[in-house]
Parts: sequence; structure tokens; C-alpha cells
Amino acid sequence: MSNPQHLQFSKEHEWLTAAEGGVSTIGITAHAADALGDIVYVQLPEVGDTVTAGETCGELESTKSVSDLYSPATGEVVEVNQAVIDEPALVNSAPFEGGWLFKVRLDGEPADLLSADEYTALTGG
Amino acid sequence: MSSPRLTALDALHRALGATMTDFAGWDMPLRYGSEREEHLAVRTKAGLFDLSHMGEITVSGPQAGELLDHALVGFISALGVLRARYTMICAEDGGILDDLIVYRTAEDEYMVVANASNAQVVLDALTARAEGFDAVVRDDRDAYALIAVQGPEANGILASVTDADLPGLKYYALLPATVAGKQVWLARTGYTGEDGFEIFSAPADAEHLWNALTEAGQGAGLVPCGLSCRDTLRLEAGMPLYGHELNTELTPFDAGLGRVVRFDKTTNGGAFVGRKALEQAAAEAETNPPRVLVGLVSEGRRVPRAEYAVVDAEGAPIGRITSGAPSPTLGKPIAIAYVDAAHATPGGTVAVDVRGKHEPVQVVALPFYKRAR
Repeated sequence: MSNPQHLQFSKEHEWLTAAEGGVSTIGITAHAADALGDIVYVQLPEVGDTVTAGETCGELESTKSVSDLYSPATGEVVEVNQAVIDEPALVNSAPFEGGWLFKVRLDGEPADLLSADEYTALTGG
Repeated sequence: MSSPRLTALDALHRALGATMTDFAGWDMPLRYGSEREEHLAVRTKAGLFDLSHMGEITVSGPQAGELLDHALVGFISALGVLRARYTMICAEDGGILDDLIVYRTAEDEYMVVANASNAQVVLDALTARAEGFDAVVRDDRDAYALIAVQGPEANGILASVTDADLPGLKYYALLPATVAGKQVWLARTGYTGEDGFEIFSAPADAEHLWNALTEAGQGAGLVPCGLSCRDTLRLEAGMPLYGHELNTELTPFDAGLGRVVRFDKTTNGGAFVGRKALEQAAAEAETNPPRVLVGLVSEGRRVPRAEYAVVDAEGAPIGRITSGAPSPTLGKPIAIAYVDAAHATPGGTVAVDVRGKHEPVQVVALPFYKRAR
């Protein structure tokens, strides 16, 4: 699955959308979802929580392992995707769309992010 | 660190887009797509596995059976020709060196199949223990590729590529057979809890066999399966995995598998490696069992995993998880654990420390899954 050009990417394999009204949507990349295998449990931050760029804010559990979820941006969580909590497999089947994880009201401009092409290069095409 | 060993099917796995993983020094397919789909295919249709990392050791000669009776805990010489048996090899102190399947391939010949991680240990132990016996121990790890076809459709798929007498081939038996034109050892064994077959072939024939089976299984829903689903399949079936449920610190009695130890052997005057220590372990298991291997089922969604602590209602540690995974068949997280005997009764509730949070789990008898026969 190719990395959508309209997204920005973190080296920890999260993506985020350009802010709309100060709010960005965050998820994990297809590359990350594929590496994890079938995701069976998603623990997300709660609405109202503050997340910090580069710090853990939840976890993703797959058949084989548990992985920390890092936030690619700093801000307040304004919405979480109940659909992926109910059906974690959405992260595997639609990582860039229905498998989004949470939305953040950005506190400042996110830094150290990669373009789709840079992220594709990072993950070996 | 030496580069990983590749099976005869390596190029095929890569062409199929497999996610590969290092397993006991071998580069093996972990999964081809979704491990959950692969798991469910084996439960409902059929799956095709490359198990060529398993370690084959041939023991032959007039005293091959006596040697194995001496070296292993089972009564191997009592096994009929073309029958197989699950057994173990123990150290002098009773600790488990490996669990094995022994196939009797002829009157005076046996094939011992060891776990990849222990194959060298088993080979070395058998070689050392062969002293004084009129028998030869041969390293046949490179002589065989091993392909498994497992699942309810396995019989029909295999029947379409062999004339071998499959109805006559019982569970834990084997036959020399021609499969898709290739000479193989065809065994009705497996590690999935389903009916199925394991096919020992020349490595040069493995690709042909894999392709022939893939084609034969197309209409029946056969899919290639990696080691990830093999692990969840065996876990649901309550089968132990060396390095998890079994290790050198434990005897077969500790693991609830004392039945594999045959004190009633009549060969070698009943003597075998580890006998004395195992007799003590058997007595202790009878009167004062330390910990007991049990199943745990969680009603939550977080998965109890290997090495997590099992705790009682007060949070005091009462055991340790050896294997855990989300069970595709049950739709719930399951685990195998050693717990204090006082907490081992099925139906009881204990908890697992999942990264600091105590998740309640129910104690159940193993296995979690048993196929309808």
C-alpha cells in the first residue's frame, strides 16, 4: 500500500493529516500495520488527554507482540476512533482511512516529520 | 553471527511475499498474509507449512531400539514398524532436553525428529549415549525437507496426489509413499490439533511437492501457513512448545506429561538415562505437586503473554505464563501457565499482571480446542 502524498509521517511510523481548524488526524502507517501483523487490541489516549510529540500515548497489540504508540504531534486529544477500539483489524485493512486512531488539536507546528516520499525511502520503498 | 539457514523452499516463500523470521538459526516464513486467516484456514479447510527446520536424526542397527530405550524416556523398541510416538529426551537429572517424535521406519531403523533449536543437543546426546550399543546415529538434518498439510481438507487434498492407502494410515503412523511422483515418508502427524500429514522428502523434491499440493488444494481452500499460526494452533490444542512449557529445569512430570516416561520398559534391565531422578519427580508429583500447567482464558481483550506473572486476588504471585496469544478460534485471549497447585482447579478465577494491570482470567483444563472426530 503506497503512502498517501497528502500525509506527513513520523520515523515511529505514525501519520498525520494537515491541520483543519487546528485539528490533525493521526494513525499508523500500512508499513507499521503490516510489520505488526493482525492487530487485536488498541489502547488509545482519552479525549481531553494531552499528548506530546515523540512520547508514548497508547499501545497496539498484535498476535505476536505489544507495541507502544507514539504521538507524532503535541496537543489535546479531541476525538478517538471508537471503530478501531471495537474492531482493531481496521488498522490492518485500512490504516490510512477507517483505521485512523485519534485527533489532536495541535499545540504548535509539528516538527521532524517526513513527506510521503521520504517515509517511503526510510522504509525501503 | 552466521547467516541464517535457508530451507529448500526459500525462493518460493519469497515469491509468495512471506514475512520471514529468524527461528533457531533458520530463516522461516512467519506468515504470508494475515496469520489469523491462516489459522482459521487450518481449522476449517487446510494449510500448507514448510517445517524443514525440524531436525531429523536416523538411528539404525540391530540395537537401535535398545539404544533409544536407553537414551529416551519412552519405550521405543515396543513401537510397531511404521508407527510414531511422542517422547522426550532427558538429562541425568531428569530435566527435559527436548521433546521428540520418533518414527519407526523399519525393523532396525528409527527417525528421531527434534526441535530445530535442540537438534544439535539431541544429536550430541544420542551419539554419546550410543556407546556400547550396536547402532549408528546419523545426522539427517540436511537429508530431508519437511512439508505439512494440516486441516479437515488435508486428507482429500493428499488423496488427489497419491495412491497411498490414506484410510489405512492411522494417526501417529507413517508410510513410504509416492506423492506427486516423488518418493517420500508420509506420516499422519502434526502440531495443529487437526487431522493432517507431514511429508519428509528429499530437499530437491520439496518445491515440486509444494507446488503440486498447492494446485491440488486450490479448490479446497488450502493456503500457505507460517510459523505464527502454527504457534497459535498448537497453543489452542494445548500442545507444549520447548523453551516455553518445557525446558531443562523441568521434568516431564512437572509439565504434566509424566505419561511419556515409561518405567515399565523391559530392555536394558529397565535402566535409562534419568531414571533415578525421574522416579523421584514422579513421587513428588504424586504427593506434593509444585506447580501445575493449566489453561487460562481472559474475558478481556489484552493478551496474557509469556513471562507475565499470574497473581491471586490479593495480587500475590502464584505462577507464570509460558505462552499466550489471542485465540482466533475462541475469539478471546488464551494462555498456558504454571500455577501453584492450590490455584490450578479448572473453574477458578485468578489474574494476570498485564503490564501493571491485573486482568482477571479463568482457569480451564487443557486443551482449549479439540476437533470433532
